[in-house]
Amino acid sequence: MQSDTADNVRAALGRRGRWGWGEVAFWLVAAATLVFLPERHLILNEIAIIGLFALSLDLILGYAGIVSLGHAAFFGLGAYAAGILAKNGIGDPLLGLGVAALAAAILGFVTSFLVLRGSDLTKLMVTLGVALVLGELANQMSWLTGGADGLQGITMGPILGLFEFDIFGTVAYAYSLVVTFVLFVIARRIVVSPYGLSLRSIRDNPLRARAVGIPVNRRLVAVYTLAAAYAGVAGALLAQTTQFVSLDVLAFHRSADVMLVLVIGGVGYLYGGLIGAVFFKVLQDVLSAWTPQYWQFWIGLILVLLVLAGRERLTDRVRALRPRSRRGLATDKARPLPTTTAREV
Amino acid sequence: MLTILFDGIAYGMLLFVLACGLAVTLGLMNFVNLAHGAFAMAGGYVTAVLMNRYGVPFLLTLPLAFLVPALAGLVLERTLYKQLYTRSHLDQVLFSIGLVFMAVAAVDYAMGSQQQMIRIPTWLQGRVEILGIQVGLYRSFIIAVCGVLVVALQFILTKTRFGSRLRAAVDDPRVARGLGINVSVIFAATFAVGSGLAGLGGALGAEILGLDPTFPLKFMIYFLIVVTVGGTTSITGPFLASLLLGIADVAGKYYVPSLGAFVIYTLMIVVLVLRPQGLFARAR
Repeated sequence: MQSDTADNVRAALGRRGRWGWGEVAFWLVAAATLVFLPERHLILNEIAIIGLFALSLDLILGYAGIVSLGHAAFFGLGAYAAGILAKNGIGDPLLGLGVAALAAAILGFVTSFLVLRGSDLTKLMVTLGVALVLGELANQMSWLTGGADGLQGITMGPILGLFEFDIFGTVAYAYSLVVTFVLFVIARRIVVSPYGLSLRSIRDNPLRARAVGIPVNRRLVAVYTLAAAYAGVAGALLAQTTQFVSLDVLAFHRSADVMLVLVIGGVGYLYGGLIGAVFFKVLQDVLSAWTPQYWQFWIGLILVLLVLAGRERLTDRVRALRPRSRRGLATDKARPLPTTTAREV
Repeated sequence: MLTILFDGIAYGMLLFVLACGLAVTLGLMNFVNLAHGAFAMAGGYVTAVLMNRYGVPFLLTLPLAFLVPALAGLVLERTLYKQLYTRSHLDQVLFSIGLVFMAVAAVDYAMGSQQQMIRIPTWLQGRVEILGIQVGLYRSFIIAVCGVLVVALQFILTKTRFGSRLRAAVDDPRVARGLGINVSVIFAATFAVGSGLAGLGGALGAEILGLDPTFPLKFMIYFLIVVTVGGTTSITGPFLASLLLGIADVAGKYYVPSLGAFVIYTLMIVVLVLRPQGLFARAR
């Protein structure tokens, strides 16, 4: 009986892990933009970076259910780590990515113990607080970070010693896209693994997850650290491709924006961040061309309407386009009512 | 030294008036409303516009600075907020951030992005020396007003019928409804009063805190600190927390300006990690 269940789960995970045609098409289109949209590479580069950043938030928000208002902390740390490294003469991009990922992962690991405790509100406040502290630190340590003037004088070496960054952003975009793709594949592998399944069960009901023997805290620490590393890489990509880091990378609006990006695209299926990034950036481009000063108003309006209309409905419709996941929806309906959330003690 | 303490207390009192509405919506009703600062900003702008454009005396503008945000709060609560009481915290966060963005851009559009000047009346300017302490008149005025408000709020919440109904509605809306308490009216009234108080705080504090379109974002974190650190089971917790925060902030800026807001954020994290329910709350 038990082995039967295990087999079923394994089969289901295997099914989920298979690549659909839609996904292949998505990445083919992304790769095609490298050739077909040469004049848009600067903005596409930003889209890829924001997409990766939103993907990292999706890992903790969509899969583990941790609400964070301070995800920019890791993004900013990664950006500064890569920037400072490059400024001091170590211009190898991949090494910079590694260092940034490591630095952000360490910060993520340390602060993950802070977000394990308390209710959603406490988590929001603690994550926000961590980002604010980092922002304040970066502001004060101007000998290292350049303070309010930003970190200038970053010179990057060629990628793998072969590809030099050009001014049209083509190499930068290709670089960001490849990094995003590789990290996406890894994340995709992780979320369809039994580990990813356990994360989702924690998100849906932490008490039950604990009861069936999932080490809840250890899982959450691991995924928080992983997401931090991802965000760090996204920040490093931004620093390396724009060759500039300012205090803006740690600002509150960046944490809010990335949440918006993820929510536009839909939470909990990895593509949400990437699709949301495309929408958000195009939207921002259009709006800020139209009303340079007040585009935030429209972003805010979209957020409000999105929540009022029910963001789940929106993403469900997207999901329903894929026949495989329509089955998933049907089972969703059959699942028992969620128990009342236990008040954290 | 004592002057700093005094300024800190005035600042803390102000923070309390600004944040006490949030203490109720967020703390008691468990609704994460990041847009609370927008109501405070509305109050501040009401005062600024009335004084600078129409020459209304400062004191007369204060009731309006209470009423306009209260009305706005009431309308928003009835139309939008009430739909979100049962939704997830993430939805509430997104919704209220959206509101903040809209408020910031709208005020920027209508009033310009510059700092708004509010000239307080001459009889409130200046300082006097009492028992060897330099005391700002305006700050004593703030302390007096806020002190009265604190006592009144505490009285309403603990001694009146409305207060006990509110506490019942918050503790268990279903049972309260079953007992014949009109929960939604109580929530709407509370929300309106909370927004109004924030507006009043914004008007009073415009001189000390400054007033520009980014106000809701700048002070959001302070309000949240007051509520989360203060704990959410009573009104005294947030009150003590805002006093502490006010004194710590003023003293910190005076003695160690290089550290900036660093100390406060770090303290908040430490408190929240050690006592997730807040400093003055009993664990539930």
